[in-house]
Amino acid sequence: MIMVLEYKVEGGDFTQAGNVSSSVKKVLKQLGINPVVIKRVVVALYEAEVNIVAHAYRGVVTATLDDEGIRIVLDDEGPGIASIEQAMVKGYSTASKEVREMGFGAGMGLPNIKDNADEFTITSKVGVGTRLDIYIHYV
Amino acid sequence: MVLKELVSVVNGKVLCGESHINESIEYAFASDLMSDVLTLRITNFLLITGLANVQSVRTAEMSDLKYLLFARGKKVTDDMIELAQENDMVIITTPYSLFKTSGLLYSAGIQPVY
Repeated sequence: MIMVLEYKVEGGDFTQAGNVSSSVKKVLKQLGINPVVIKRVVVALYEAEVNIVAHAYRGVVTATLDDEGIRIVLDDEGPGIASIEQAMVKGYSTASKEVREMGFGAGMGLPNIKDNADEFTITSKVGVGTRLDIYIHYV
Repeated sequence: MVLKELVSVVNGKVLCGESHINESIEYAFASDLMSDVLTLRITNFLLITGLANVQSVRTAEMSDLKYLLFARGKKVTDDMIELAQENDMVIITTPYSLFKTSGLLYSAGIQPVY
């Protein structure tokens, strides 16, 4: 089985933040994936989705499901990240006051995505955008 | 602790999910920082928070928790209730502060997540 799902995310629109994660969660539940794995996937995805809303202009999320696991690639157009090493440090954040008022922006997101993923890579170009590649096995 | 008793301990009001009122709750976590909630691996606990917005409910959805307790008498919007109902969650409000709410529930036997 191979299923490819694609979603668009608009930067700055907090009312929609989480819609993609919610949709992916429903698909995984329908497929009967282990709830512990579903939680890891949707927590990682939700953090990444919030990051696009919080920091980028827009983004595209592509989730590819096969028999072994799920790969989620999040590509955004935005300011990019100058130092990925610094961005991966727990507690480091460049989030706005508005993002913090939403309960995010404490510099926890990227490390938490990494903790939940079996494979995680992040690449970024300043002034262009950021790409996250997350892979999680079903077992 | 049965949810019904918990509501009484915090002088709370159930805004949605009344059908779950006889379910038992063992663990709770109190935070206004949703990123902290998202680091928890356990599921099915009570989230006590003073952060009342749609992202609190979204965080609960992603965390697989279905009991939300909003402290400090925060206003819960229709959007939040709608999203909670879609996910079969319980929303309770209490006029008490986060500290008082947590203290009362801890004294009544609710366990911390850590």
